Amino acid sequence: MAHIKIHQKEFDNIDELIEVCPFNAIEYINTSIAINAGCKMCSICVKKHPEIFEFIDEQVQQIDKSEWTGVAVYIDHVEGHIHPVSFELIGKAKEMAAKINHPVYAVFMGDNITATARDILKFGVDEVFVYDKPALKDFRIEPYTAAFEDFINTKKPSIVLVGGTTIGRSLAPRIAARFRTGLTADCTILDVQENTDLDQIRPAFGGNIMAHIHTPNHRPQFATVRYKIFDAPSAVDSPEGSITHCTLHEDLLTSRINVLEIHEKETSESIEDADVILVAGSAFKKEEDLQLLFKLAELLDGKVASTRPLIEKGWMDPRLQIGLSGRTVRPKLIMTFGVSGAIQFVAGMNSSDHIVAINSDPNSAIFKVAHNAIIGDIYDILPSLIEVIEDRGAKAIKEVIQCQ
Amino acid sequence: MEILVCIKQVPGTTQVEVDEKTGVLKRDGVASKLNPYDLYAIETALQLKAVYGATINVLSMGPPQAEAVIREAFMMGADKGALLSDRKFAGADVLATAFTLAQGIKKVCSPDIIICGKMTTDGDTAQVGPEIAEFLGIPHVANVCKIRGAKKESITLEMDMPHSVEVAEVLFPCLITVEKGIYQPRLPSFKRKLSTKDFEVPYYGLIDLDDQDEMKYGLNGSPTQVKRIFPPESNTTQEYWDGNPEDITEKLFNKLKDLKFV
Repeated sequence: MAHIKIHQKEFDNIDELIEVCPFNAIEYINTSIAINAGCKMCSICVKKHPEIFEFIDEQVQQIDKSEWTGVAVYIDHVEGHIHPVSFELIGKAKEMAAKINHPVYAVFMGDNITATARDILKFGVDEVFVYDKPALKDFRIEPYTAAFEDFINTKKPSIVLVGGTTIGRSLAPRIAARFRTGLTADCTILDVQENTDLDQIRPAFGGNIMAHIHTPNHRPQFATVRYKIFDAPSAVDSPEGSITHCTLHEDLLTSRINVLEIHEKETSESIEDADVILVAGSAFKKEEDLQLLFKLAELLDGKVASTRPLIEKGWMDPRLQIGLSGRTVRPKLIMTFGVSGAIQFVAGMNSSDHIVAINSDPNSAIFKVAHNAIIGDIYDILPSLIEVIEDRGAKAIKEVIQCQ
Repeated sequence: MEILVCIKQVPGTTQVEVDEKTGVLKRDGVASKLNPYDLYAIETALQLKAVYGATINVLSMGPPQAEAVIREAFMMGADKGALLSDRKFAGADVLATAFTLAQGIKKVCSPDIIICGKMTTDGDTAQVGPEIAEFLGIPHVANVCKIRGAKKESITLEMDMPHSVEVAEVLFPCLITVEKGIYQPRLPSFKRKLSTKDFEVPYYGLIDLDDQDEMKYGLNGSPTQVKRIFPPESNTTQEYWDGNPEDITEKLFNKLKDLKFV
């Protein structure tokens, strides 16, 4: 840590010396010169009186980055059902590993999962590390962290990617803290430098600002990424990677958490998996008018979602909310109807493949992210669009089917 | 029951801008408030207190102005509060923040349960809670959506998973992060404001903590560094359409057809 060293010397005008510091950090106590907590390390004193003040820049010991190799992906699953974000992360891991000539690892922990591990190899992973234990059946933090720790100690990966899921967001910080290393949440862009430093870009302040973060002197480098940010690689028929079965001492599998029961939630129509999403905004004047949107959703084989105001009115289910306090979606097509485009909303949908926004206010913030910015009244456009699609869209679809 | 709630003072709005030339955040005159997610954490503590009896401690880290959020927690019903405030804590990332809070918790009390909000509105990471639990060596459960009940040595709760709800019993001491909507947070009471105005809020600095290693706090203790900040790119290939609704509908239909959606 850099600091300022004081060479105690006789000084004629001590008041003049104290005046040098703009932060009043120089003190004269019992005939000796001192620096107090007000010091901002501006080193003005060093420039003016180098005979007294010396700037000492102690170099922090640099770690040996070559000791850490591999890009690892945590395979997120519930009872063996792998979350697709894991495959998207494998895609990213392969891309980065190729740049620095590192292997791609997958770490997979659970109960009775060995058969599933073979499916992971199909995505082009070099080695899958499997911790298959009855104690790992349900996600409990202590044994999962212990297995993860064991993997990191064994393979010393340079980079570890974890899905920004319920489990991932609980597990990744725990394991990052155990290794006293950095973790960057919800990265939207990842890249790797030649020296294996990970460039992590994430939105901050509700997506209003992008922050480029790095972890220059710690390994492993942890990052979480939400679902549908990266693309999953296509599966190969004859995978070349291998599966390694790992053991873990029984003492490490104990937990102070006892899972009593797991019950299914009522099946909600998840908007996160939809390819087409239509979003209802504040321009809807009556709850009944939303029926128009549901009708269009039916025609486009999409799902209806909402911004916060309509949820607060009680018109829409809170699970259909898009935005920072709701869901993040990345459909192939998103159409917003009378949505103004508050940052909190846009952060939850701006990586959609194609964005169509309809709003009567030409200055709407939503237009900044829209591919097709349509200035108009939803009460004009929505009914006529439904009519046109019913008229010609259905026919077009029929023609395609007949051609096949 | 001894409860500790971690809270944070955050900017009153996320509408901040970056000065493109200097890369510095423009945050002039932005009011501060209590992180909205922390209201649910405080309310959870108050609900537990109402049923089982408890002392509620609140702890925050920040500049002296952050005392305001501790006072707000008093107005909701918290019993005690402390602020971790030191120049040496400045510039902390998730790891250094969680470490400082864990040290502060050890200083303040021996809680049976530590409650954190799901995340903060300025950092958006949802990582500090689990990292505190790691530094204290206690179990944690994130995404708690319901408290089923507590016994002398454990609490039973529901964890919100994407497709299921997991019911778990967790032994004390433990840390939980609660979802918004777990309870409806009460409003700060004016009566409590008056009756708590003489409550003292001790400030603790590095010198008061167990671990005095300066390299574990603030900027020094932060493995991650911000290289730069920049405004997000807006979409470059844009088409603006206006005019009469029939023409727009026609254009839109053709677009949807091109993209193979109709």
